[in-house]
Amino acid sequence: MVSSNPFSALFGRSPFQPLLEHIDKTVECADLLPVFFQATLEQDWARAAEIRNSISNGEHEADELKTHIRMNLPNSLFLPVSRSDLLELISVQDKIANKIKDIAGIMLGRRMRIPEAMEDIFQEYVRTAVATVHQARQALAELDDLLESGFGRNVSDLLSDQIRKLHELEHQADDQQVMIRRRLFELEKNLPPVDVMFLYQIIDWIGEVSDRSERVGSRLQILLAR
Amino acid sequence: MTIIAQHGELFILLACVFGFFMAWGVGANDVANAMGTSVGSKAITIRQAICIAIVFEFLGAWLAGGEVTATIRNGIIDPTLLSSEPQYLVYGMLSSLLAAAIWLMIASKQGWPVSTTHSVVGAIVGFAVAGLGPSSVQWGEVGQIVSSWVVSPVTAGVIAFLLFRSIQTLIFENKDPLAAARRYVPGYMFLVGFIVAMVTLLKGLSHVGLNLSFTDALLWAMGVGAIITLLGILLERRITHEPRGGNRSSFTGVERIFGVLMMFTACAMAFAHGSNDVANAVGPLAAVVSVVQSQGQIGGDAALPWWILILGGGGIVVGLLTYGHRVIATVGTGITELTPSRGFAATLAAATTVVIASGTGLPISTTHTLVGAVLGVGLARGMQALNLRVLGTIVISWLVTLPAGAALSIIFFFMLKGMFG
Repeated sequence: MVSSNPFSALFGRSPFQPLLEHIDKTVECADLLPVFFQATLEQDWARAAEIRNSISNGEHEADELKTHIRMNLPNSLFLPVSRSDLLELISVQDKIANKIKDIAGIMLGRRMRIPEAMEDIFQEYVRTAVATVHQARQALAELDDLLESGFGRNVSDLLSDQIRKLHELEHQADDQQVMIRRRLFELEKNLPPVDVMFLYQIIDWIGEVSDRSERVGSRLQILLAR
Repeated sequence: MTIIAQHGELFILLACVFGFFMAWGVGANDVANAMGTSVGSKAITIRQAICIAIVFEFLGAWLAGGEVTATIRNGIIDPTLLSSEPQYLVYGMLSSLLAAAIWLMIASKQGWPVSTTHSVVGAIVGFAVAGLGPSSVQWGEVGQIVSSWVVSPVTAGVIAFLLFRSIQTLIFENKDPLAAARRYVPGYMFLVGFIVAMVTLLKGLSHVGLNLSFTDALLWAMGVGAIITLLGILLERRITHEPRGGNRSSFTGVERIFGVLMMFTACAMAFAHGSNDVANAVGPLAAVVSVVQSQGQIGGDAALPWWILILGGGGIVVGLLTYGHRVIATVGTGITELTPSRGFAATLAAATTVVIASGTGLPISTTHTLVGAVLGVGLARGMQALNLRVLGTIVISWLVTLPAGAALSIIFFFMLKGMFG
């Protein structure tokens, strides 16, 4: 007489835990980025290829999680947040890992070298981007806590701190981007023009990683602003 | 007349066996739903849940089960119409018990969420319409019972919504949720003890021989509430709180305090369940016994023999021991989405509704009331995800159970009639 109990069935599988898992995968990818740059600086292309593979795998797993969340969000599920906001959040989250994979892919494919004069400032720039991804994860974890209390607490109180930090990091990344571009502009006359073109693109994309992480924060705000 | 005099002993024996069978089914299955939320929220272990269930189901059945038993026994059918053929009432009640118990077995095997209450009421109405004619049914009373099936989940939902909202505003929105929890949770403990004691004292205890005035009951209930609060504060002290930085730890601490509270609501729920659902097994049994003992005098408003409620309570305990613990284990591990604060709001709301219904003599479905309460918490944005499709299944189970119980009991009724004449 084992009954499929109406209660256990009543609780649908919550999408929030997978959401956190998804951004954890993204963080894993982001953490590989500085290591990858180190390898390119040392011209160790075998190792760089290895790291790029790990990033690509991580991105792939994140993709699968994304699909899983979308598939498991049927209309009959009653959620405390708007369904469309949730789906939007996932796709914003997912784009971070995509960009990281693109960066690693193009740098490996073209065996790109960062000019020695830019090394320090470049690595710092990458570190900032990684920090923003971590901060986005932090903000999402905070959301999980808010759900625990049914959004009882003043949302802006708890989240605004996290989102402010996110914004500061993104701002810092912007400043660093300006400086890097200026340095590259000084150096570009002595470098092969096509390489310079792609270097500008890489700089742009790393900036975009920070940008997209910040967008996760704004999505969280929209999610809670019902 | 002669039939009853001739087979009286046999009828009582059959009624006891069927009634015990039915109570066993209630204990094996239904109790798990009542205790599932507490186990699922990890507030209590399975072993504790079984001990609580045994003690409080029994107490609920014994102390507060009288009113509902009376409704099932002589509220649904108009007994005066049967004074010339009292044996029909005996056949009917026997077949209702058997029908409901068998239907429960089938449904549980298939995994349908059916309610013991619905199957018993359906069975009684069924045999009455088919065997005695539609005019023998007190439709007004039946209408009241059926409407209570809609009203009770809604009521529980509203109470759960308000309870969870109050937890949100008082505790979660507080600057220091942990301190707020320590301050307000004893208040909720008082509420649990007070409500259960109040309703029981006012409505349930008359058959035990206690008749309290309203003010007396109020004072007693306050006393019970106070005792429970004190107990709770003592237990709460044992929770060591290690102040780690960040909000995460403070929410976990709050939930731990609610875990203590859940222990009390689990008791209340078991009590409420015992008070309402034991009647499903015991009501028809009581009807048979009273007809046989009064030698066919149906209208006689004989007092409920004391051993009948104990037999029902005992049946539930046996059901729990032989089978229920496994069901509780399955249910308990299945529910992971309930934190103690949510579980508390849902369980207390359901228990309150059920105890009030028991006090007014309305047989309602504990399971469905709890489902309503869980939805109430969900509407207060307390649940991360609820599967609404299940609601459809539950509503269908309401609709299917009535005719199924009725059909089975009609078959058994005519079989018994053929056998005994």
